[in-house]
Amino acid sequence: MKVLVTGASGLLGRATARALLAAGHEVRTLQRRPSGIAGAEDALGTLTSAADVRCAVAGTDAIVHLAAKVSLAGDPAEFAAVNVQGTRAVLDAARAAGVPRLVHVSSPSVAHGGSSLAGQGAAPADPDRARGEYARTKARAELLALAADSPELRVVAVRPHLVWGPGDTQLVARIVERARRRRLPLLGSGAALIDTTYVDNAASALRAALDRVDDVHGRAYVVTNGEPRPVAEMLAGICAAAGVPAPAWSVPPGLARFAGSLVEAAWRVRPGADEPPMTRFLAEQLSTAHWFDQRLTRRDLRWAPAVDLDEGLRRLAASYASS
Amino acid sequence: MSAGESPSRATPASLPAAVPPRGLPGLDPAFSRLLDVPESGSGAVRTWHLLDNGPALAALGTTAVGTIVAVHGNPTWSYLWRRLLSAAVEQAAAGGDAWRVIAPDQLEMGFSERTGTVRPLARRVRDLGDLTDALQLEDPVVSLGHDWGGVVALGWAVDHPDLLAAVLSLNTAVHQPEGYPIPAPLRLALRPGVLDLATRSTPAFLETTLALASPALGPDVKDAFRAPYREPARRSGIRDFVADIPVDERHPSRPELQRIAEGARALGVPSLLLWGPKDPIFSDRYLDDLSDRLGGDVHRFTGAGHLVAEDADYAEAALSWLSRKGPTAAEVAQPGEAATPAEGDAADDPEVVSPPLWSRLDELRESDDVALVELAPSGRAEPRTVSWRLLSRRVRQLAAGLVRSGVRPGDRVSLLVPPGADLTAALYACLRIGAVVVVADAGLGLRGLSRAVVGTWPDHIIGARPGLAAARALGWPGQRISTGELSAPLRRALGVSATFGELLELGRDEILAAEPSAEDIAAILFTSGSTGPAKGVVYTHGRLQALRDVLAVHYGVGVGTGLVAGFAPFALLGPALGARSATPDMDVTAPATLTAPAVAAAVAAVDATVVFLSPAAVANVVATSKSLTPADRTALTGVRTVLSAGAPVDRGLLEGIARLMPNATASTPYGMTEGLLLTDITLDELRSVGDGPGVCVGTPIPGVRIAVAPLDDRGVPSATATARPGAPGEIVVSAAHLKRGYSRLWVTDRDADFRFPDGARGHRTGDVGSFDHGGRLWIEGRLVHVLSTADGVLTPVAPEQRIGRVPGVRRAGLAGVGPLGTQQAVAVVETEPATRRPALAAPQLAARVREAAGVPLAAVLAVPRLPTDIRHNSKIDRARLSRWAERVLSGKRMTAP
Repeated sequence: MKVLVTGASGLLGRATARALLAAGHEVRTLQRRPSGIAGAEDALGTLTSAADVRCAVAGTDAIVHLAAKVSLAGDPAEFAAVNVQGTRAVLDAARAAGVPRLVHVSSPSVAHGGSSLAGQGAAPADPDRARGEYARTKARAELLALAADSPELRVVAVRPHLVWGPGDTQLVARIVERARRRRLPLLGSGAALIDTTYVDNAASALRAALDRVDDVHGRAYVVTNGEPRPVAEMLAGICAAAGVPAPAWSVPPGLARFAGSLVEAAWRVRPGADEPPMTRFLAEQLSTAHWFDQRLTRRDLRWAPAVDLDEGLRRLAASYASS
Repeated sequence: MSAGESPSRATPASLPAAVPPRGLPGLDPAFSRLLDVPESGSGAVRTWHLLDNGPALAALGTTAVGTIVAVHGNPTWSYLWRRLLSAAVEQAAAGGDAWRVIAPDQLEMGFSERTGTVRPLARRVRDLGDLTDALQLEDPVVSLGHDWGGVVALGWAVDHPDLLAAVLSLNTAVHQPEGYPIPAPLRLALRPGVLDLATRSTPAFLETTLALASPALGPDVKDAFRAPYREPARRSGIRDFVADIPVDERHPSRPELQRIAEGARALGVPSLLLWGPKDPIFSDRYLDDLSDRLGGDVHRFTGAGHLVAEDADYAEAALSWLSRKGPTAAEVAQPGEAATPAEGDAADDPEVVSPPLWSRLDELRESDDVALVELAPSGRAEPRTVSWRLLSRRVRQLAAGLVRSGVRPGDRVSLLVPPGADLTAALYACLRIGAVVVVADAGLGLRGLSRAVVGTWPDHIIGARPGLAAARALGWPGQRISTGELSAPLRRALGVSATFGELLELGRDEILAAEPSAEDIAAILFTSGSTGPAKGVVYTHGRLQALRDVLAVHYGVGVGTGLVAGFAPFALLGPALGARSATPDMDVTAPATLTAPAVAAAVAAVDATVVFLSPAAVANVVATSKSLTPADRTALTGVRTVLSAGAPVDRGLLEGIARLMPNATASTPYGMTEGLLLTDITLDELRSVGDGPGVCVGTPIPGVRIAVAPLDDRGVPSATATARPGAPGEIVVSAAHLKRGYSRLWVTDRDADFRFPDGARGHRTGDVGSFDHGGRLWIEGRLVHVLSTADGVLTPVAPEQRIGRVPGVRRAGLAGVGPLGTQQAVAVVETEPATRRPALAAPQLAARVREAAGVPLAAVLAVPRLPTDIRHNSKIDRARLSRWAERVLSGKRMTAP
């Protein structure tokens, strides 16, 4: 099967492209710069160009749509252009080209407000409840993708939660960098249970979703390691793997949410070069429980994570040690 | 018309009936209809609004098995019964019995017609008959009522014996005992000048009633209750209903109430009272009276109040009861069952050929041997020694005196006396005359004790001074009898009507009536409350005799055996065993304060060879062993049998006890208030079995049948059970010395009931365990503490034991967080040294705990102290721990558990 992977320059996109290649598929990738993945065919371009997307889609049998603007802050129009319009462009191109299968990669944040989540399943995406531009636009994108589900184009949405692993420039690198500069506080007691996904597990789940899409299309699945941990323990594990000190000081979560709101507002007026140090979304993510019921996901996708948390952290430590 | 203008009653307005507005929460508008009913005697036609689920049942294609006529009280309306109508339809849709429920709004009330008349009780009872005539109801009909609607429904029941199949009632009253004022809120409402203002011209009475719900009603439900009573003109019925309460002998409705109250005694149908005890109007006093008249089943919903229909799942209880005890029940009530008092679900009492509990007292009446030694009697410096001759005579005289002071067979007598000679005499005197003793452990605390005493509504209280003072202060019911002599002013202040001294004098001739039979109820023992609110456990004479016989055979206790019983339920059986018993010096409200020297002194006093300890006491006895004198130690070498009864204790503690009593066989039986002696294991056996899936409690005592009912993925036990080794399940037991049932807890009785394949009745213990290949039972935790994870069920005890052995951990509790089916296990530990405030465990400790646990753990938390039950120091309160873990692991503030 020839599979288009959009957004193969990111951590999960790269791992997914490699997993598909390893499974014997032909892989084409779509992103701005060469993917550098041995064996994959690069179709350079951006999601905001319908022509680029049409070119990339042409001649494929399936699409794994990962490309998105992932950031804690930024221009709302840009989020909408990439995440919503970009998804629409992929769907339009798929329908036009008669591609029968699409795995839409989404996020658990599309369905939830700022409250604590303990053992929930995958609720429908809800742009009105989702917090922050990223989650809101991803919610709209998922609704679009699932609305496009039909006998001709089978769509399944997969929502990996907090993907991390060696080579991660998003979550892991940010944590490690802030911890190195001792700018990583714990919010509250650090006891909020957070489930995360080791990158290889997320990639194998996407591959499983592609295999199973004919039976499970039209639905959304949250994917995690199924090993919730207190956020402080998780952060400490990542810091230990990278050889940096673990967060040792604590900020009340209410204060952090408040500060996050202020910083967000200030960033909208005077955007900084880097990301804001704290946003309300991030404060909520780091101070409330986020873990999910994985039973349906595992049963329907006939998938289980192959790398447990401890093994994932060992691999992360090995990659830091060798770099 | 201006509100409250006239202090006298304004003529009620006439207003037509209507159907309720749509959209009331929980009410299916399809149930509503209007019906014109000819009024008997006048020829007038009245329009009723009623809820009727008949059409919904017909739409399902089912045929109703009977009709429940549900009558609301004042100031509610048929909306009160919405859940019953819906639940009955759901039950029918699920293939169960199809009960038609008809819930009318009484005339002048709800959405029924305002007729412009005042309708006293007798008229209302006839009104309901007019309605059922118009509906042409056929038998069987079940009457159901609440509040003053309960009286109307009972009146209807008395008048329709041909249709009546069963009686259900929620909080109501049919009798105002003489000498007791009516409840204060009603007295206030009935005052001149207040009545109309409180009930009609303002919605005060309505609002006050709606505020009684516990938990509070939602605003939309409150609005639904208000819907038919928006204007004063629509509230005349509320006022007239209140005015119709027969406050005294002269009230015009008094004769009708009297007629209903008397008629209720002769209904001769099964009955169930579903009660909310937190009711400022219809207190337990009225429940006691009504239950006495109807003689059927009772369930008190702990925590529920006057609006019990809103507070508790009465509909499920009512429908479930009807299918078990109602006219369609497959199992026909045993003949003669109604003749025995219905305390608890009547288990089939086994044929017991065993002498009565007081038989040793009769046999040894001429013996000057020691029967009892009280080491620290209150008010005396020296131990008190009582011979069999004296004890025997005292019991007979006290028994005769009690009868003469009005204690009748079947009366409940609450014993608020500390262990010792007085308690023993009072206990055996009550047993001899067939009175039911109510024993609640002082360890329940005053609030728990008060709930227990009031819940059983004793007819008499026998107490020492502190017990009598509590009875007086908290307004506990019953004639008060003092064990000690009191000064006249104190006696008046405590409301004491008799003293032991007087009763002994009164009963000097020792003339006693017939003995109670083995099937008669002997005692209500209260559970510790460590597994939910304290429950009254009902024992018959036969079952207590069986318990005595098991103790006698299993531990070799008989005439002449020296016995120290630090475990209350067994202490009471000393004289029944013929044993020479000693009561150690201890504070009964704090069993954990019993010391080793106090045990040694008691052992020395009676040359004890057998020592029973309570699990709470064992730790302190071991901890205080350093204070033993050489003489104490010598006395303890005479002990041959020592056991910690109640909850099983840890092997380390048992080793400690065994060191104190080097010649004794130490054992730790498994039991509970519902079945005090079920399995036993000696220390030697405990040493040899090693580690397993929980705490090993050994093999069943001869005559006890034990099996486990396997759990499904969500931790729900199956209806069948096995004694084969394997997966854990709920432990179910059967034995001649098991409880007969619970007191006034029909739903609890039903839920605890287990039937073995051969029909033998058993008790679901709520404990989870499994059998090993040696036939030994292992306790793995409480059923409510079983975790339901994505990988299946997880029992807490074994992981806790493994974690407890990790260096740096003093004690561990396993909590579950998240929804059933996908719960995560969390370890909460006390550390050595103790942590100062609750927090995530340090990384190294967390890693060691995870490694030892043997099950996946989402988090490891360290706390200064695990929450434990006040009485059983050894029991970790895992339910509370889980609620706490759920909170802090969701990101809420880290508090102490």
